[in-house]
Amino acid sequence: MDRIKHENLKRIKTSKNLLFYGGTGVFAAITLATLIIIIGYILVNGLTHINLEFLTQEPKRMGKEGGIFSVIIGTLMVTGVGILIATPIGIAAAIYFTEYAKNGKGVTIIRFFTEILAGIPSIIFGLFGFAFFVIFLGMGWSVISGGLTLALMVLPTLIRATEESLKTVPMAYREGSLSLGATRWQTIVKVIIPCCKPGILTGLILGIGRAIGETAAVMLTVGGSLRIPTSIFDSTRTMSVHLYVLAAEGLSQEKTYATAALLIIIVLLINTIANLISSRLGGNYGN
Amino acid sequence: MKTYEKVIEKIIMISAVMSTISVALITVFIFQSGLPVLAEYGVLDFIFGTTWSPTNGSYGILPLIAGTLAVTLGALVIGIPTGIACAIFLSEILPKKWAKAFKSAIELLAGIPSVVYGFFGLVVIVPAIRNYVLPIYQIFDPDISATGFSILAGAVILAIMILPTIVSISENSITAVPREFKEASLALGANKMETIVKVLIPAASSGILSSIILGMGRAIGETMAVLLITGNMAKVPGSIMDPVATLTGTIAMEMGYASPTHQQALFAVGIILFVIIMLLNIIAQFSMRGLGGKTN
Amino acid sequence: METKLTTDINEIKFEIEKLNLYYGSFQALKEIDMTIYGNKITALIGPSGCGKSTFLRTLNRMNDLIQGVTIDGTIQFDEQDIYGTGYDIIELRKKVGMVFQKPNPFPKTIYENVVYGPKIHGEKDRSKLDHIVERTLKEVALWEEVKDRLHKPALGLSGGQQQRLCIARCLAVEPEVILMDEPTSALDPVATSKIEGLLEELAEKYTIVIVTHNMQQAGRVSDFTSFFLNGKVIETDKTEVIFSNPANKKTEDYITGRFG
Repeated sequence: MDRIKHENLKRIKTSKNLLFYGGTGVFAAITLATLIIIIGYILVNGLTHINLEFLTQEPKRMGKEGGIFSVIIGTLMVTGVGILIATPIGIAAAIYFTEYAKNGKGVTIIRFFTEILAGIPSIIFGLFGFAFFVIFLGMGWSVISGGLTLALMVLPTLIRATEESLKTVPMAYREGSLSLGATRWQTIVKVIIPCCKPGILTGLILGIGRAIGETAAVMLTVGGSLRIPTSIFDSTRTMSVHLYVLAAEGLSQEKTYATAALLIIIVLLINTIANLISSRLGGNYGN
Repeated sequence: MKTYEKVIEKIIMISAVMSTISVALITVFIFQSGLPVLAEYGVLDFIFGTTWSPTNGSYGILPLIAGTLAVTLGALVIGIPTGIACAIFLSEILPKKWAKAFKSAIELLAGIPSVVYGFFGLVVIVPAIRNYVLPIYQIFDPDISATGFSILAGAVILAIMILPTIVSISENSITAVPREFKEASLALGANKMETIVKVLIPAASSGILSSIILGMGRAIGETMAVLLITGNMAKVPGSIMDPVATLTGTIAMEMGYASPTHQQALFAVGIILFVIIMLLNIIAQFSMRGLGGKTN
Repeated sequence: METKLTTDINEIKFEIEKLNLYYGSFQALKEIDMTIYGNKITALIGPSGCGKSTFLRTLNRMNDLIQGVTIDGTIQFDEQDIYGTGYDIIELRKKVGMVFQKPNPFPKTIYENVVYGPKIHGEKDRSKLDHIVERTLKEVALWEEVKDRLHKPALGLSGGQQQRLCIARCLAVEPEVILMDEPTSALDPVATSKIEGLLEELAEKYTIVIVTHNMQQAGRVSDFTSFFLNGKVIETDKTEVIFSNPANKKTEDYITGRFG
């Protein structure tokens, strides 16, 4: 009698277990399916419209016809300026946190605000960029206004990635270098940074990804001109902003899908490269 | 040699302080640009005013707050169970090798630009709601009419967008639970499910909570996706099929053509948004730190 | 051995007086007085946590890296207080090299590891650098083993080879003193005996201070031995005295294996 009861209890427990495992699995499957559907849907509808003409011709009739050449140039310029400004600052900040900072109150505050910066939504960055760079500093809607705004936005990503990889460098390397009479800076430049190249590169690539995908902040600081910018003080349009304008105004299904597909391809590429770098070259220090 | 190192050290320190300076500048400029309207219009009238009609000089943002809250809550209702289930599946059930691949998939989800999500919502979710959800709704309420641009559409897309945040932080904190806890529970004869539900999740609760708060912050701050799919009607909604305007969407849409006073009002909306996000972030930061203290 | 020890003690390298060291509020070293003589091997022994490694690291100011460390008392190196204001730490570390417990070659080539120090200190002449590499690798008896793969990664060497490379890297800076923090504890017996053999030769040119867990090692290689216990120096004397006829009961207990 007792035994039967026990068996029953066991069976109930097992079936509950299965239900639980199955349940979480179903949710995981849904998540994965969502990813595949989004990427698949946009690629299937957009790839057929991406061709040489689309990539190399300038937009005509507000983007309804022609290609997105000027938009690609605009994207490259804005992203490039942003990354160029953010990279040295981000790496230096990470070096400060891991190599110089004593755990004082000041450092805790600086760290706290770095985290806070990462949490600020892009529309707020857009408002700030508009009020500060565009209006206050008089840079107008331009590549430089957008680049500076993007630089602030990708800074936390860069700092975090660099810091993570600096932390993996064994203390023994620092001690070894210092014991030979190297200064702190020589140790950083000659031993520590060479160890961290993959990590820093990964951070950079992720930063580029974020910059290319950013829309709201760019829209408010770069504007939406479809002309090829001749200097960093010209207004231009990035691919994300272009996608928004096309989608919102329903100008051309075909061009909208093509632009979205191009963005997805860039995101896929960036993720693949970042993964390759961190798995092939990541933190291998022998013992 | 010595002086040159000192100069470098200074430069490095200034770089580290850059984020702090940025946060300060952002705060100053947003507040400076938006405060005049808040002062003139009155903070309470601004927040609790039910009419947002900038062309007529009415700056009541209650409908915008309601819109933001509605899509955010909707996103959380869908996103939290899905995210936590995924996190459990990843950390405790799926074999390590597969979990790694799954994690890169989640990262990919985080890498897709928000405007692409918005576009996907526009061409897939909005029509789907109009064609499939609306008829079901009409069984109960034959008079309802809807375009598909709605709270529901916004909630679905935002739920997908906050999943990476919830999954990765929850997964980390579940994995960070000391092995001894798990072993102790298993040694007492509890099975794996009981161990997960009764030991791991409670132990990881502060991490899971932070993930939810951060996800919520992301949903509230998200702009481009909601802008394309929620319909942008500044009206307090009655059902999840209603269109709404959000705080972020309104700023992004109206900034381009706003008159100076209207612009100031949009900055004032920015202040409200900024304060909400800051509060959420600070709470998340502290609850994360609580987590660190517990597991170390 | 006998003759070496009876030769009168010539040059004083380090003179340590009333040295106290604190990690925050924890006192790790208490009132240490010690004299370290030039061209001799001094061994520091004692149970783990007794402060011997901490003491070693005060001699080239490596403890500066650790947060919350405070020091009082004096350490004179060549009659200058190394903790005095204005003392150049970089110069100190050039003269007082260090070999660590775990071999820590940089993830660079063998060649680049050896020339790291000289390059940092401004040597650019390629032929001079080549010469330094050959000289130091010969000094640590590694030259024959690696001369054909100088430009291969140092991390590809065995543990014992890596440690000898680290010694060579240290010698390349032409130090006067070499501090060794349990240099053989991570190595197998064959590699250990190679490094021990090396020590005797090195002592002709350099002053060596070595921390060791291994009492036989201390007995085999050193001229002087200092016994540490709970952050204090219990006894310092010629090695043969410490091992045959220690003045302090605690030293005898430790030597004979009664604790530790």
